[in-house]
Amino acid sequence: MRPSAVRLLNILVPVKRAVDYAVKIRVNPEQTGIDLNVKHSMNPFDEIAVEEAVRIRERLKDAVKSIKVVTIGPPKSSETLRTALAMGADSAIHVEIPESAPSPEPLGVAKALKAIIERQSEGVDVVIMGKQAIDDDAGQTGQMLAGLMGWAQATFASKVDVDAAQKVAHVTREIDGGLEELRCRLPLVVTTDLRLNEPRYASLPNIMKAKKKPLEKLTPADLGIDFTPRLETIKVTEPPKRVGGGKVENVDQLLAKLKEAGITARRA
Amino acid sequence: MGKYHGQATTVLRPRTTQQVSDIVKFCASRRIGIVPQGGNTGLVGGSISLQKEIVLSLGAMNSVRSFDPVSGSLVADAGCILESLSDHIAPHNHIMPLDLGAKGSCQIGGNLSTNAGGLRLLRYGSLHGTVLGLEVVLPDGTVLDQLSTLRKDNTGYDLKQLFVGAEGTLGVITGVSILTPPAPQASNNIFLALPHFKNVLPLFQTAKRQLGEILSAFEYIDRTAYDMALEHDLGPILNPDEVGDAQCFVLVETSGGNHEHDMEKLNNLLESLMSADQPLIYTGTLSQSPAQFASIWALREGLTECVQKEGKPYKYDVSVPLADFQSVVDTVRERLISKGLYGDHAVSKVMGYGHVGDGNLHLNVIAKHGYRPELEAALEPFIYELVASHKGSVSAEHGIGSMKTSALRYSKDDVSIEWMRKIKQVFDPLNIMNPGKVLPSA
Repeated sequence: MRPSAVRLLNILVPVKRAVDYAVKIRVNPEQTGIDLNVKHSMNPFDEIAVEEAVRIRERLKDAVKSIKVVTIGPPKSSETLRTALAMGADSAIHVEIPESAPSPEPLGVAKALKAIIERQSEGVDVVIMGKQAIDDDAGQTGQMLAGLMGWAQATFASKVDVDAAQKVAHVTREIDGGLEELRCRLPLVVTTDLRLNEPRYASLPNIMKAKKKPLEKLTPADLGIDFTPRLETIKVTEPPKRVGGGKVENVDQLLAKLKEAGITARRA
Repeated sequence: MGKYHGQATTVLRPRTTQQVSDIVKFCASRRIGIVPQGGNTGLVGGSISLQKEIVLSLGAMNSVRSFDPVSGSLVADAGCILESLSDHIAPHNHIMPLDLGAKGSCQIGGNLSTNAGGLRLLRYGSLHGTVLGLEVVLPDGTVLDQLSTLRKDNTGYDLKQLFVGAEGTLGVITGVSILTPPAPQASNNIFLALPHFKNVLPLFQTAKRQLGEILSAFEYIDRTAYDMALEHDLGPILNPDEVGDAQCFVLVETSGGNHEHDMEKLNNLLESLMSADQPLIYTGTLSQSPAQFASIWALREGLTECVQKEGKPYKYDVSVPLADFQSVVDTVRERLISKGLYGDHAVSKVMGYGHVGDGNLHLNVIAKHGYRPELEAALEPFIYELVASHKGSVSAEHGIGSMKTSALRYSKDDVSIEWMRKIKQVFDPLNIMNPGKVLPSA
């Protein structure tokens, strides 16, 4: 049997610096958003994406040529890139926007990622990204990117198996009814779900190595992208506070209260 | 732990200091013994009724009386739970000066009565330093009101210090005034695997020198404890290939006012550790998010619970020179082996972990199938004599309670004990206040 030519894979992992999931968020006094003066960290689904890229390399070894991470964010976002590099990515791209700028919207991000992919001289075979960011819960960017690129997409992945030689991937997706198995031709966009893997802690030797890995800085103008929001947030409020329940003494009182609330018996 | 069983038939839950005073007056007139009780989280049987004394629970006195966000002085009822106090002052960006595993249940009055130590002592000092004032009901019912919020007050003998660590034997603490430090703006921790125990001391010196004022905790976990933690799913945090045959582990926490400043100090420390000619560590990790920070601490804080799940623990909280930590654990293990008591049939594990930065070792001897007299006989007074030979303390932070009254003499000489008795006689001539605790019967 003739050995198939070794296909080298280039993996791109977009990551987002978001409010940490453990933070107790508060609506700001102007009711335009939440107080952002709190702890931030890498979006948990993106951590899973970075981990999956590193595991794919551990499985396929030399077949993976590069794992690049990219983020669009203020200067502090470079810390998130360093974490990804410490987990095992090779190089990073930081599309820097001003600290005061509003968070880019999914369509803007997808267009920027398309521009970045087109800039990669060796191309990109697989994009692995989180299924949604925990600050906006949009869940759109991966799908939009696949649409813009005309690529296959496998979202809410709970298992990913890449066959570099055949240039296909087998992905198991989490759907409402259970699990769906897809066979996708590369290039492919995968979005990660919670059960895909458990991300590793960055070990010290890797944290030291990460400092020397290349980090390229770009501006939105370099990509020809305008991140001006197309949506206007009118108001942000907390959900109404739960009103306490009441206690009743007996069944008659219970029936009276139910009638008051407009709940009456119905014949089947 | 199921080790101590109280004999009380009556529990009282007063709501005010006046009620406590009335109760104590009544008990004094009838010579009824009183056991003051806080969160009942003590580990030396100090809060149980031995001879049907009444239990005086402070749990219903749980209001915060005042908090000054400028000075950080907090005045609260003795029955306030430590974690509730933390939550109360958090919005003002302050933290309690102490933190321990029992924070969800222990009460501040009990913390003061036992001079509790914990994970933050390295940074914020002991309660003797952070207490500003106390309100105490004396054994005759008199209320001693020294509830001041003054930082400095050198007017006469500092009586409140007697009650800090007296374990309820000189009076009942009903109110506490304590100094709370500002909350750190940046917190990080690192978890390190060391090839041998003898690297712990140089590592500690290096960390102190390079981290300086941001060092806030330095905890030690031996290999036995680490393996046990992994078996109970408290991890994995480190790559097992990188850990290899590491003999012990260290958790270092930093707390400071500026994230960039702290990260620079931490990165310098890690660089110097990893690139040294003779590295002190095999590997380690630095928390990359609040979630990782919490789970690294969870491994250390979860050890006590794992120990309970493995069997019945004999716990020895001792102060010995840092350099002797491992040899103390090894000597105890060898003792049990020589008595044929080491193995799945009797003592399944002997381990050490603790506040190595304070010289405080928590030695845990796990009896897989329950407490047995021959196990206790093999351990006591052997361990106390071993600690005494190192000029250490038989109780670094847990106190004496009822468990260690006979061990007191291993760390305090006869002159000290005699003067402790005299003080007890002055305050409580009828011996109604937590009798049978701290001082051995004459």
